[in-house]
Amino acid sequence: MVETVAPSQAARRHRRIRSGGATGLSASSGIGLGVAVIWFSVLALIPLIAVLVETSTGGWSAFWATLTDVQTAAAIRLTITQALLVTGVNVVMGTLIAWVLVRDHFFGKRALEVIIDIPFALPTIVAGLVLLSLYGPRSPVGVNVANTRAAVFMAFLFVTLPFVVRTVQPVLAELDRDVEEAAASLGASRPVIFRRVILPALFPAICAGAALSFARAISEYGSLVLLSGNLPLRTEVTSVRILTYLENGNTASAAAVATVLLGVSLLVIVALDLVQRRVARRG
Amino acid sequence: MGEPVAAPGRSRSRRRGPLTYVFRLLVITYLVLLVAWPVSLVAKETFANGLESLRTTLSDPSVTFALKLTVIIAVQAVVINTVFGVGMSLLLVRYRFPGRRLLSALIDLPLSVSPVVVGLALVLVYGGRGGWFGPTLEDHGFQVIFATPGMVMATAFVSLPLVIRELVPVLEEVGTDQEQAAKSLGANAVQTFRRITLPAIKWALVYGVVLSLARSLGEFGAVKIVSGNFEGQTQTATLSVEQKYQDFQQATAYATSFLLASVSVACIVVVSLLRPRTEEKR
Amino acid sequence: MSIEVTGVGKRFGDFVALDDVSVSIPTGQLTALLGPSGGGKSTLLRIIAGLEDADTGRIEIEGRDATDLSPQKRNVGFVFQHYAAFKHLSVARNVAFGLEIRKRPKDEIKARVHELLELVHLEQFADRRPGQLSGGQRQRMALARALAVKPTVLLLDEPFGALDAKVRKELRDWLRRLHDEIPVTTVFVTHDQEEALEVADEIVVINEGRIEQVGTPDQLYDEPANDFVMSFLGPVTSLGGVSVRPHDLEISTEDPGGGVAGTVVRSVRVGFEVRLEVRTSTESVQAVLTRTEARGLGVVDGTTVWLRPMLGAPTVRPTGLLVPAV
Repeated sequence: MVETVAPSQAARRHRRIRSGGATGLSASSGIGLGVAVIWFSVLALIPLIAVLVETSTGGWSAFWATLTDVQTAAAIRLTITQALLVTGVNVVMGTLIAWVLVRDHFFGKRALEVIIDIPFALPTIVAGLVLLSLYGPRSPVGVNVANTRAAVFMAFLFVTLPFVVRTVQPVLAELDRDVEEAAASLGASRPVIFRRVILPALFPAICAGAALSFARAISEYGSLVLLSGNLPLRTEVTSVRILTYLENGNTASAAAVATVLLGVSLLVIVALDLVQRRVARRG
Repeated sequence: MGEPVAAPGRSRSRRRGPLTYVFRLLVITYLVLLVAWPVSLVAKETFANGLESLRTTLSDPSVTFALKLTVIIAVQAVVINTVFGVGMSLLLVRYRFPGRRLLSALIDLPLSVSPVVVGLALVLVYGGRGGWFGPTLEDHGFQVIFATPGMVMATAFVSLPLVIRELVPVLEEVGTDQEQAAKSLGANAVQTFRRITLPAIKWALVYGVVLSLARSLGEFGAVKIVSGNFEGQTQTATLSVEQKYQDFQQATAYATSFLLASVSVACIVVVSLLRPRTEEKR
Repeated sequence: MSIEVTGVGKRFGDFVALDDVSVSIPTGQLTALLGPSGGGKSTLLRIIAGLEDADTGRIEIEGRDATDLSPQKRNVGFVFQHYAAFKHLSVARNVAFGLEIRKRPKDEIKARVHELLELVHLEQFADRRPGQLSGGQRQRMALARALAVKPTVLLLDEPFGALDAKVRKELRDWLRRLHDEIPVTTVFVTHDQEEALEVADEIVVINEGRIEQVGTPDQLYDEPANDFVMSFLGPVTSLGGVSVRPHDLEISTEDPGGGVAGTVVRSVRVGFEVRLEVRTSTESVQAVLTRTEARGLGVVDGTTVWLRPMLGAPTVRPTGLLVPAV
């Protein structure tokens, strides 16, 4: 198709009929959009751009020097390793929890629904304190992970609990059971049905949940303050590194590490968008 | 809490294999060990000496100040996010404009940005010393960082997408038929919104607002950076928990945590009670 | 003329929904916009209502230029295919909506709502929510809601499209009777030719954004302007390059003069009619005759028959020119 300005604008309007009555902007909605975009820019976009600009002022060599600093590199390595581990656990456990919530019925299921959302709403500092009271020095079960890498793992696991569950659950609930029954009537065993029929349908949702959970884990800060001890080279995570740089007045280095985190966040968003588009295409 | 006898809409009886019970047990154990038990310990710690520690805590002026400040900031952030969220959702769903998809993707960004990065970003722009706009704003007597406006902004930033994420799917689902019908019956834009759109999105809006509130009350990292954490001036409840714990006032830290946790659990319960009703109404 | 559409054009991207359409819709009549889906008829209706803006052309309603009027100011009643019921309001409040917007006194609203609910036979459902009504009842409610504000014109967009066949038929008869009772100028969009032929006083056939023909049901059926109108309004077969309706073919076992010879290759009986497929030297022709006629002729597979259009039957050359009846 030959693309000029007019046809592309026209093509956009063509979508109007399909998208259920959405229209072009009128004067008042245009003003509304302007105000909303300005606020969004003032609140989020300009500050985030400032992080990138601050990073670039030192140039590539300063950026690289910050990231390869022994303590910073150790923090990034620890954060990414633990985040990956936690995401792996979430993929398995999150899918399992979603499965039980959708397919099983038992007394107290609604209580479980509430429990799953708690990590999302609980203040992170409280989350740290909460974990410390069961897995800290005064643990009633005699497990003490405080100030170890296991503490980082625990904290990540706690705060990322809802993501895979909440993305997989609705998809699983919508899944057409006739397809499973058709597979069963064709002689497929339950493991085969799960692997060949259910899992492919859940795959995009699991990916989306995993991405969200990874992004949440690498950016975690509050729950680690009381739990991990922030020991340099041992339990210090990326967010804490940023804060330390900032407190020492080294904003360029703080921005450099923040840029890495932002890059990962952006990647996650792009990945999510792609996955969602794939799902939308499949209808 | 009541429990449905069969899955709504589909009462297919299925054989339950032993695996069902293994899964069920596994999931319950996991959730109890990770969430339920630890959270319940906060209550236990708080009430270890009866109401004593709660009473001490609530008579500590630095804690009561922190609690008040937290509520003030959270309410402001939630109001801003509600207005912005409703407007933005309507724009994203009802209108087509260049950059719409980009905007829709960017809106989700705050959910995956570290609170520490949020704090840093705001300081870089609005910081009184060396910020992009900070010095100019302070010359005009408007301090953002180490003051309430910055704390509200940080809180609004981290909970920005919550209202929008609830409203967008509902707006898409209800479509524009009812709004067009109202228009053809003579209703103007304001009347259409108030009488038709708002009732349709009411529960989703309440849900988004409650979630935003929970998130706002509990914000820690971003607020820690932009507030400067001055006790009795810019210290919020979550910051106070950290300080009390590190100052070996653990009873106070637990009691404050208990209050914060109660509010967030209450929010979750409210939301879970609302949710089935919204689905039924549609 | 109640609604005057002049030179209206509308494009969605490269897709031409309406191409320079002009039509007059008479006052007090029930007019159908008939055509295949995607032909532009709904777009035309939405432009008349002001829910969509035309790229070119003008709309006049009762002598008043409405082209640039917002939908709120056109005083039209619009009924949507999927009812567009206000789900959070009771049936009575749905009907009262337009009157409440117009800030009419409470007593007047109450009386008018009662009157309308009686008219659409929903008075016992006044306090129900739309969700508790059946599809047909919801559509009657939507109709009452549109009529409540005493609109100048009533516009219905595929009003029975979402209903099942039986309810569709009932509502169709009911709409006709309702219109005879309250003769407000009514335009309805449909893709169902039977619906249009049965209900409408006048039919506007729209295809690919253009008007093919305007006329009464009889005119359209008996004097189709072109092949499209003819085939859209009923079954059509081709005999000697001319389009003709299968039941307008005269069939004989001896050459009546001017007939085309062919062999019956298939005959199927459906209820009271017998459908024949006749292979001539050049084409395959469909013919329909009654059971009695078929028996009288004694046609079976392999019989040689002669076909010609009946006297006065409408025939059309596929080019679009009306051929005088043989």
